[in-house]
Amino acid sequence: MVEMSKSHFSLPRLSLRFIPIWRRHFLVWRKVAATSILGHLADPIIYLLGLGYGLGSLLPELGGTSYMVFLAAGTVCYGTMNSASFEALYSGFSRMHEQRTWDAILNTPVTLDDVVLAEILWAASKSLLSGMAVLLVIWLLGLSHSPLTLWLIPLALLVGLCFASVGLIMTALAPGYDFFMYYFTLVITPMMLLCGVFFPVAQLPPAWQTVSAILPLSHAVDIARPLMNGALPPDVLLHVGVLSGYAMFGFYMSMVLFRRRLSK
Amino acid sequence: MTVALFAKNLYKSYAGQAVVDNVSLAIRKGECFGLLGPNGAGKTTTLRLMLGLIAPDSGELSLLGHTVPQHAREARLRVGVVPQMDNLDPDFTVAENLLVYGRYFGLGDAAIEARLPELLEFANLAQKRDVKIPTLSGGMKRRLTLARALVNAPDIIFLDEPTTGLDPQARHLIWQRLRELTAQGKTLLLTTHFMDEAERLCHRLAILDHGRIVAQDSPHGLIAKHIEPQVVEVFGEGVALWAQEHAAHYAKRFEVSGETAFCYVGDAQPLLAHLQGYGALRYLYRPANLEDVFLKLTGRELRE
Repeated sequence: MVEMSKSHFSLPRLSLRFIPIWRRHFLVWRKVAATSILGHLADPIIYLLGLGYGLGSLLPELGGTSYMVFLAAGTVCYGTMNSASFEALYSGFSRMHEQRTWDAILNTPVTLDDVVLAEILWAASKSLLSGMAVLLVIWLLGLSHSPLTLWLIPLALLVGLCFASVGLIMTALAPGYDFFMYYFTLVITPMMLLCGVFFPVAQLPPAWQTVSAILPLSHAVDIARPLMNGALPPDVLLHVGVLSGYAMFGFYMSMVLFRRRLSK
Repeated sequence: MTVALFAKNLYKSYAGQAVVDNVSLAIRKGECFGLLGPNGAGKTTTLRLMLGLIAPDSGELSLLGHTVPQHAREARLRVGVVPQMDNLDPDFTVAENLLVYGRYFGLGDAAIEARLPELLEFANLAQKRDVKIPTLSGGMKRRLTLARALVNAPDIIFLDEPTTGLDPQARHLIWQRLRELTAQGKTLLLTTHFMDEAERLCHRLAILDHGRIVAQDSPHGLIAKHIEPQVVEVFGEGVALWAQEHAAHYAKRFEVSGETAFCYVGDAQPLLAHLQGYGALRYLYRPANLEDVFLKLTGRELRE
């Protein structure tokens, strides 16, 4: 057990020194870019076509749109959530613990705050990429023609920041890779089912609707779905606020926990 | 400024257990200073404190004129580090590892590229420039790690057990490189538990045990101060009995460890004459070395 010290709780000090670290992650990614992009494109296509056509043909229109369009809005959100989460948990843990990349970086004039910020921004960059891939699929399948769908790009970045930051809390606590199973099984998967990705939240029992309302993914879906239909999302400031709030909370908490973990 | 690193009464504890206990030392510019100690003596923690990666509970620390940990970042601009465990980027080539690492120091790509040939030459890796890390041998990885520590042309280089796990050929090459660095005027701080390494490379040494410095001097100074000049190692069947009966008569100090009696003597001749007439035992006669000092000061029991 490592004691907590007061210095662990200070606010993150931000600087531009995260840039070379971000570039390092980017250079690693570039070597597998083709496979990665293919995955980002194939995944939503398979889901949209499989679930959209298969399930969609059994369903009535939802809120005046086809099930495909309904699902596409959800896919943008959970796809970006997954990208950031996998990057922050598995790849982040590998860099911190397995490959000891962080140790190497921390011996240079870079601080842990810079390293953690770079992790978050990198994971969010992966989300951005994933979001743009889904958007491309949406356009190619003709699921939306609204220019408002361009707003899905900054949304993907915000969702990425949110889930990268929250995910890093788990990375900071993890004794090993197996630990992440809890997070994916108990947090990510239920969120996918509770936040209106596959069916409207209104279908849930009222108590679960309340739970859904405090989960970040719901707020992402609430922004994405109207955009698909060419409408401005109501309460957009609230939704952006909640997602940003989770991002800031996650950044701070993970920062405190990483400081504690690496103070040995 | 003639002092590269200055530490006074450094103290760090974990869960009430002192890991670094009142360590004070001053490392002069251009010297190779060794931190010797058994496993768990606090060597790595001491290095981490000096780099400002962890904060001491108390004590003063200054590295290249910067107060640490408050200004550790400014200090680390001029420091190179060879960590105990290899943490090269396995996805990158040899050259990419150096390039990416140089960027962390705020160096531009062109400046790093310009240094690459020299660094690769130094590491004997010019032929391996575009090879990926997993295909390198242990010795090559260590040399690359050393080259990586030089990417920012540091004034002081920290080396945490730089030759652990290497075969003799690879160790000798690392030693040669470290001597070249000292010849260039670089300051080196290295931890090791190889006595021959410390004796060959270091101008001065501190022996660390249970977080405390138990002795500090040049290798020769330590040997002269702490131990008799000659050692006769006696071994073979019945050595314990022999030691019980005769050792005290010939040696100022002796220790029996397993099948060997270590006899520390000022003048070995009487003991050697005795042993020559004592057929059952074999012996080895040698000058005292750093390992004898180390074992005397830190004991022979196993540290795990």
